Amino acid sequence: MTLKRLLIGSAAAALLAVPVTATSVQAQDEDNAQYFPGLQYRSGPYAPSGIPFANGYADYLEMLNQRDGGINGVSIYYEECDTAYNNDRGVECYERLKDAGPSEPAAWSPLSTGITYALIPRATQDRVPLLSMGYGRADASDGRVFPWIFTAPATYWAGADALIQYIQEEEGGDLQGKKIALVYHDSAYGREPIATLERLAEEEGYELSLYPVAPPGLEQKATWLQIARQLRPDWTLMWGWGVMNSTAVQEAAAIGYPMDRFIGIWWSGTEPDVRPAGNAGTGYKALNFHATGTDFPAINDILTLLYDEDEGYGEREGVGEVNYNRGVLNAALTTEAVRTAQAEFGERPLTGEEVRWGFENLHITDERWEEMGLAGFAREIQLSCEDHEGGGSAYVQQWNGEAWEPASDWIQPRNDELRPAYESSAAQYAEEQGIELRDCSEEM
Amino acid sequence: MFYREAGQYKSDYASDQAIFPIRQDRIGVLLIFLFALLVIPFIATNYLLNSILVPFLVFSIAAIGLNILTGYCGQVSLGTGGFMACGAFFTFKLTTWMPEVNILLIFLMAGFGTALVGIAFGIPSLRIKGFYLAIATLAAQFFLIWMFTQNPWWTNYNPAGVITAPPRALFGNFYITGIEATPVNKYLFLLCFTAALALVAKNLVRSALGRAWMAIRDMDIAAEIIGIRPMAAKLSAFAVSSFFIGISGAAWAFMYTASVEALAFEVTRSFQVLFMIIIGGLGSILGSFLGAAFIVLLPIALSNLPAMVGLRLPVDLIAHLEFMIFGALIVFFLIVEPNGLARLWQIGKEKLRRWPFPY
Repeated sequence: MTLKRLLIGSAAAALLAVPVTATSVQAQDEDNAQYFPGLQYRSGPYAPSGIPFANGYADYLEMLNQRDGGINGVSIYYEECDTAYNNDRGVECYERLKDAGPSEPAAWSPLSTGITYALIPRATQDRVPLLSMGYGRADASDGRVFPWIFTAPATYWAGADALIQYIQEEEGGDLQGKKIALVYHDSAYGREPIATLERLAEEEGYELSLYPVAPPGLEQKATWLQIARQLRPDWTLMWGWGVMNSTAVQEAAAIGYPMDRFIGIWWSGTEPDVRPAGNAGTGYKALNFHATGTDFPAINDILTLLYDEDEGYGEREGVGEVNYNRGVLNAALTTEAVRTAQAEFGERPLTGEEVRWGFENLHITDERWEEMGLAGFAREIQLSCEDHEGGGSAYVQQWNGEAWEPASDWIQPRNDELRPAYESSAAQYAEEQGIELRDCSEEM
Repeated sequence: MFYREAGQYKSDYASDQAIFPIRQDRIGVLLIFLFALLVIPFIATNYLLNSILVPFLVFSIAAIGLNILTGYCGQVSLGTGGFMACGAFFTFKLTTWMPEVNILLIFLMAGFGTALVGIAFGIPSLRIKGFYLAIATLAAQFFLIWMFTQNPWWTNYNPAGVITAPPRALFGNFYITGIEATPVNKYLFLLCFTAALALVAKNLVRSALGRAWMAIRDMDIAAEIIGIRPMAAKLSAFAVSSFFIGISGAAWAFMYTASVEALAFEVTRSFQVLFMIIIGGLGSILGSFLGAAFIVLLPIALSNLPAMVGLRLPVDLIAHLEFMIFGALIVFFLIVEPNGLARLWQIGKEKLRRWPFPY
């Protein structure tokens, strides 16, 4: 009886104590530190994809801290919250982390299209940039409507365009009458490319078939039977994430679908996606917008400074994998934006507004990538007040059974067609939300 | 000693049938409400308002709605998520179609729209009962989500199938949705709205209609014999319940996440609300609040707990611990009091009355 009372009492006490202390958690004594909040997911059904990304992100920041003492001497204070790729949880984590650091947050990167959608109004209200790197709302590339949201280096629409261009080239230029299937995660994320693919279908004359897969995507037998028995498409594209990817690759292999005609978006082209299929996964392709492997001085620094000292976030073997390097890229873009802004506003912890200036004036040339120790890691990126995407090029990589290797050159999406699409979609959002377009000619 | 009703005479029916017949209860509830209304907005952080109190209030409305149907009328429903989605998408369509109409009216209209949908999906309840009805309402869940996902019209042709709350003011500059809405505004609006809805619900269940629901719940054949029309009683329960749930869905989409896709109202959401009323107490308005608090607040409390006591655990470990402890606590509470937290509170009250001289 007393035990029962004690347990009830302590549970009730826990409930009562939360609101009072939850926000006073991280009162650290780091005055001269820039705050980097991390909305990561190391639990839940998407953890296999989320963990390497989170490790890469955290390791790069920690490496900068150890090697250079942060960014120009301003150290980096990193704090994580686990969202489990769940939108409600993501919002809760955002609210929890936003005041939990020594300075204003530099930028948010939730690694989830759903959470990005939920955070767009919040980041706008709180005046902090949100970098949805290769995910999120494609039309947020229009910086006049979405001043706080960045989509560099590529959006899903750009990815869809690049994929169709690649297929066109493989088919010898003509897509007339070809059948293309899209297998997609039935969520905001998976539906992003449909409009672009449909528009291109009209222009290029291919026939598009849609195969939604209910999240998390463990059950795809029916989808692949239909694809194999009824449609027999010339090409199959995939917008999948987490376990959905590996399931799809295994199902495709099981029905004998030609793997070199099966291409995923950049989130469907990581090592955990293809390894479970064993040899059958060989030949599977996917887009990517950065290099893989550890052949970069900056990543070597991570290995020597962190992993040799046993201070790395994850396993040594994971360093250099696709999602790990993507985390590195995300951290590198954010720190470069902070560095750009520091050149303007001084070498101190910056506000969200100042970091946004850094993003809008971000220009990472090939030389700059080399200086960062990431020569050839990604393409030149230049953002502006209007253009929050900065090019959008990607390349196709292919799984050779052991590693991903490039299977194409960089493909430049047709931005002269995509840009009006971004703008008209953003304009509709602006109208719904009553947003006045920002006049970029008046910005610095 | 302090909680004793001796000397509180009831000299008319009205005072005997009051919602809180004991004076201490009346004062207590009033104090809690005034504290929530006048003090919390000034002392609470944005995190507390935005991430804890707003979702708690939203889920309280949903739990009251489901409690009316399941707790009071005895009709098990697994369609809560679908009805919440109805409220959210109806609100979005209505407010983008008629931006000049006050958002409160839009919420109510969306609630009435959801009530109609609820009646449509309640019709099978006239023939089937219990588990079978639960499965039939599951159809509502899947159909409604499918409809909102597959018809781009519902999202004004958003390519990703996501609706975003446009800025709307209750009056003047008092924005309660969109970017301008401050957490305090949202909280104050939801607090008053929830209180009003809870009052409506409490009075409904004490009315002839509520007694008809309970009669149907306790034994439908007997109820029919004494002259209660099952069709009217069951369908009205579905309508009222869906009205509440629709409003909570609208509030969830417009005031909590501010941007939502149909996926947010998947079947897990239905279970979540069902767990709330089971843990809080079936057939109790207070239980709806307690259950919502338990399901919404406890996971957040658990994931904040290690940091509060100064432990820096890896976030994945915290996430896993949270699941384990949360599951264990659900089992614990159900064993201690299968009738829910509301019953626990009632027992506590009985004990309090006799304190300090229990017999």
